[in-house]
Amino acid sequence: MTFDIKIVGLKKSFGSILAIDDLHLDVHEGEMLGLIGPDGAGKTTTLRMLSGLLIADEGVCLVGGKNVRSELSAVRQFIGYMPQRFSLYPDLTVAENLRFFADLFQVNKEERENRMKRLLEFNRLSPFSNRRTAALSGGMKQKLALSCTLIHTPKILLLDEPTTGVDPVSRREFWDILKELRASGVTILVTTPYMDEAAKCNRVAFIHNGKILLVTEPEKIAHHYKNTVLEIVCDQNVKAAKILIASKQFDSVHSFGDRVHLSSHQTSEQMKPMIKNLVEIENIQINSMKEISASIEDVFVELLN
Amino acid sequence: MENEFSVKVQELTRTFGDFVAVDHISFQVYKGEIFGFLGANGAGKTTTIKMLCGLLMPTSGTAYVSDFDIYKQTEEIKQNIGYMSQKFSLYEDLTVEENLEFYGGIYGLNNHELKIACSQAVHSTGLGDHLHKLTRDIPLGWKQRLALSCAIMHQPKILFLDEPTGGVDPISRRNFWSLIYDLADGGTTVFVTTHYMDEAEYCNRLSIMHDGKIIAIGSPRELKQSYQKESIEDVFIDLVKK
Amino acid sequence: MKNSSTDSIAPSDGISALHKGNALLYQLDEFMKPRIIAIVQKEFLHIIRDPRSLVIVFLMPIIMVLLYGYAITFDIKEIQLGILDENRTPASRELVQKLTSSNYFKIMADLQSRNEIEEGMLQRRFVAALVIPVDYAKKLKTEPQSQVQLIVDGANSNTATVAINYAKSFFMMYSLEMNTQILVPPLELQPRIWYNPDMKSAHFIVPGLVAVIMMLICTLLTSITITRERESGTMEQILVSPIRPYEIIFGKIAPYVILALIDAIIVVVCARIIFGVPFRGNPLLLLLFCVFYVYASLSLGVFISARVKTQQVAMILAQLTTTLPAIMLSGFIFPIISLPIVLQIISYLVPAKYFLTIIRGIMLKGIGFGYFHQPAIFLLAFGTVLLLASVNRFKTNLEG
Repeated sequence: MTFDIKIVGLKKSFGSILAIDDLHLDVHEGEMLGLIGPDGAGKTTTLRMLSGLLIADEGVCLVGGKNVRSELSAVRQFIGYMPQRFSLYPDLTVAENLRFFADLFQVNKEERENRMKRLLEFNRLSPFSNRRTAALSGGMKQKLALSCTLIHTPKILLLDEPTTGVDPVSRREFWDILKELRASGVTILVTTPYMDEAAKCNRVAFIHNGKILLVTEPEKIAHHYKNTVLEIVCDQNVKAAKILIASKQFDSVHSFGDRVHLSSHQTSEQMKPMIKNLVEIENIQINSMKEISASIEDVFVELLN
Repeated sequence: MENEFSVKVQELTRTFGDFVAVDHISFQVYKGEIFGFLGANGAGKTTTIKMLCGLLMPTSGTAYVSDFDIYKQTEEIKQNIGYMSQKFSLYEDLTVEENLEFYGGIYGLNNHELKIACSQAVHSTGLGDHLHKLTRDIPLGWKQRLALSCAIMHQPKILFLDEPTGGVDPISRRNFWSLIYDLADGGTTVFVTTHYMDEAEYCNRLSIMHDGKIIAIGSPRELKQSYQKESIEDVFIDLVKK
Repeated sequence: MKNSSTDSIAPSDGISALHKGNALLYQLDEFMKPRIIAIVQKEFLHIIRDPRSLVIVFLMPIIMVLLYGYAITFDIKEIQLGILDENRTPASRELVQKLTSSNYFKIMADLQSRNEIEEGMLQRRFVAALVIPVDYAKKLKTEPQSQVQLIVDGANSNTATVAINYAKSFFMMYSLEMNTQILVPPLELQPRIWYNPDMKSAHFIVPGLVAVIMMLICTLLTSITITRERESGTMEQILVSPIRPYEIIFGKIAPYVILALIDAIIVVVCARIIFGVPFRGNPLLLLLFCVFYVYASLSLGVFISARVKTQQVAMILAQLTTTLPAIMLSGFIFPIISLPIVLQIISYLVPAKYFLTIIRGIMLKGIGFGYFHQPAIFLLAFGTVLLLASVNRFKTNLEG
C-alpha cells in the first residue's frame, strides 16, 4: 500500500460559486507538497474533500489508494487532518486533549501513554501537559494541534495553514518538526499563504480559481519565470519606486522597504541604463543594482496576473 | 525637537501582579515613519500597544502619543489614532459601505465629512465594486483593506496595526503594503506588529521585543549589518533564542 | 489496534496491522473501548471545568422550587374585607363581630360611604367590601329575607371566586345559626378532596416543576453542547476521526442524563422538606420514568442541534419547545381541559404532559407501574423517533 494522494478531475460548487474546477494533483508518498494560492483559491475546500468533510460534485480523490467517497472510514484511519481554525478544547488541558483524540482513534491505553509522552517531548510541550489549552501561546497551540493529529500515527498529513498567527521562532520550530516527520516517511500536504514556508517544501503547487496552475520544485521555480528581476537599493526607495511605476516601462515594480524589485521582459543590460536615467533625474542616489533570481513570490504574483 | 516624534516612550513599565509584561522600555517613533514592532508571542507587544492607545494604564514610566500624555489625555489620544487588529473587528452582517459609515460615525464625522472620507477610502483601496456587498461575502484580502479603511476614516495622525496581514496571500499583502506606504507618504505615522519577517523588511525602523524588554532597534539594514545576518528573520531568531 | 510501541514519531505498523488483518482483535478492541466513552469523558471534563454553569444547573431547580412553590400559590387564607355598615344597629354589629371572629375574613376598614369602597379597592386595601344596608335590622325582623351586598374586586378572578365562596358558606352558616327553625336541606353535598385534601398548591405545583426543570436542562444543555462544537470548529476535528454519528450523539447526551436525574432528585427532596409534599409511591419507579422522560427531552435537544448552526438559535428553539409547552400545555398550572381545542390537540405532543400524569400519580396517589402504560409508551416513542431522525440527519462531514 502506498500512502500517496491522487486527485483526478475534482469539481465542487457552493451554490452558484465554482470553488474547485477540474483540479488534478498528485502527491507522492513521503513528500511534502506545499499548496499555495490566493485567498478563496480552493485550498481549504481541497483539503476538506480529501478528508471527506466535503463531498466532491465530480472527480475522484484517492488517498492511500482508497477512494475517499466509498472507503472513507478506512481513509480516516491513516490520515491526520489539521483544520485552519484552531479546533481543540480550550477548557481541557494539553494531556486531556491528547488523550481524547487518542481515544477517538481507539489507541489502547499503554500505547496511548507512550505516544503522548513521545509527542510531548518531541514538540517540547512536556512541561505544559497539565496546563489548560486556553492558556497556551499561539505557537504552542499549533504544536498541540499537530500532536493531536499525530496521536494515531497517520501516514498522510493534511495541514491547512498550520502557522497562521504564529511567531517566527515557533514557526521555524514547527517547520523543523514537519521536516522530521517527512524524514520518517509521512506524506504531507500543507497549505500556506507564506512563500518562505512554501520554499521549505520539496514541491509546490499553485492553485488559483480552483485549478492547479503549476507544480514544481522550489529550486526550479526560477525556470518558470521568463522575466528578469532586478533589485535596486537607493537612498529614497519609496520615491524611486513611484517614479519607476509612473514610467510604465516595467511589468512590475514593488518596494520592499530598503530595496525595490522590478521585473521586465527586457534584459538587465537594457533595464539598468533606463532605471538610472529615470531615477537620477530626480536626485535619487542608486547604491546598488543587480539581477536576482525570481522568488516563489514573484512567480506567484506573475501567475495570478 | 519635541514635535519630531509621534511616539515618545521613556522607561515604560507595566506589571500584572508579579509578572512584568513590559519592563522599562524606551523608544521614539518619528513622524511619517513606518515603525515595525516585533516580538514573539507573549513578549509584551500587545500590552505596549494597549498602553499607547490609552486602553491600559502603565505601572510606571512616561509615554507621549502625538504629544498627548498617556496618563491624562487618553481621550485626545483616541481621537488622533487609528487601530486595526488582526481580527479586523468588522461587522460581517453589514455591507462594506455600512461598516465604513459606522466607523466614521463613532469618530463623530458629520454627513459631509463621512461622504468625503468614504469616497477617499473607495478611491485609495479600490473597494468600489464591493461597496454594497455583505462583509462576510468578500475575500479576506478585501476585508483587510476594508478594516484599514475603517481605521483611517477619521484621518488619524498615528495608525496602529496589530498583525494586520495574518493569513492573507502575497498579492493582497503587496497591495496592503503599498497602501501603507501611501499613508506614510501623506505624513501618517504607522506603528505595526507582525510575525512575518519579510514584512519587517518593509519598515523604516524596527524594534525587537523579548521578555518585556526591547533588545534591538534600528533600520532593517542596520540590524542585519550589526548582527551579521542575511535576513531579519535570522536576526530575530538569533536574538530571541539567546 | 494493538501495535508495538514505535521508536520514531512517525506512523508505525499500527495502521498496516489494521489493514493486514486481525480484524477480530480490532473488533474486540473496539467493543472493549468504545469511542463513545471518550466523548462521555470529555463532556464530563467540560462540565467540571465550568463550575459556574454547574452551580446554575444545580441551583436553578432549588430556586425554581422556592419561586413557584411560594409565588404561584392558589391558597388564600384570609379575604381582606372592607365593611360599610349603613345600618348601625346591634344586629349589624353582631354580623360584623361574627365576620371578624371567623378565620376567613380579615376586616381591613370600617367604611363611611360608598365612595370609600372604590377608593379602598383601588388602593388594594381590601379585595371585597360588605355593604350592610340601612334597613338590614328592620327586614331581618319583619321580612322573610334580609339582604347584604358583597362587592368583589374581580381583577384577580381566582381570589374573587374564593371570596364569594367563603362569603356564601359564611352566610349559610350564619343564617342557620340565627334561625334554627329553618329546615335542614334534604340533600346536602359534602365535597371531599382526595390526594391533596388541604388543596395545597405546592403539592400540585412541585411535581410539575420536576417536569419543567428536567425538560429545560436536558433539551437546552444538549442542544447547546453540539452546536457549540460546530461554532468553535472542534466538530471539524472530531469528524475526521473514524467516529460514527450515534457515538457523538449518545456520548454527548449521557452526561446530561445524569445531571438531569440529579436535578430531579433535588426538586423532589426540596418538595418533601420545604413544602411537605407527600411521596406515596415508589421512588425507584419514579426514577425509572424520569429516565424515560429524560430520554424524550434529550432527543428533542439533539433534534434541535442537528438542524441548527448556532448556539443562539439552538437556545431560543430549546426554550420555545420546552419551557413554554411544559408550563402552559402540560397541565402544570392550567388544566388541559380548559385550553382552546387547538392547544389541547398540541398538548398531546408535549412530553411534559405525560410525565406530569406519571409523577403526580406516583407522588400524590402512590399508584404503580400498571397505570402508566400509555404515557410511558409515548415518551419512549417520542424519544426514539426524534433520535433516529437526528442520527439520520447528522453526517460526519460539513455538507449541508
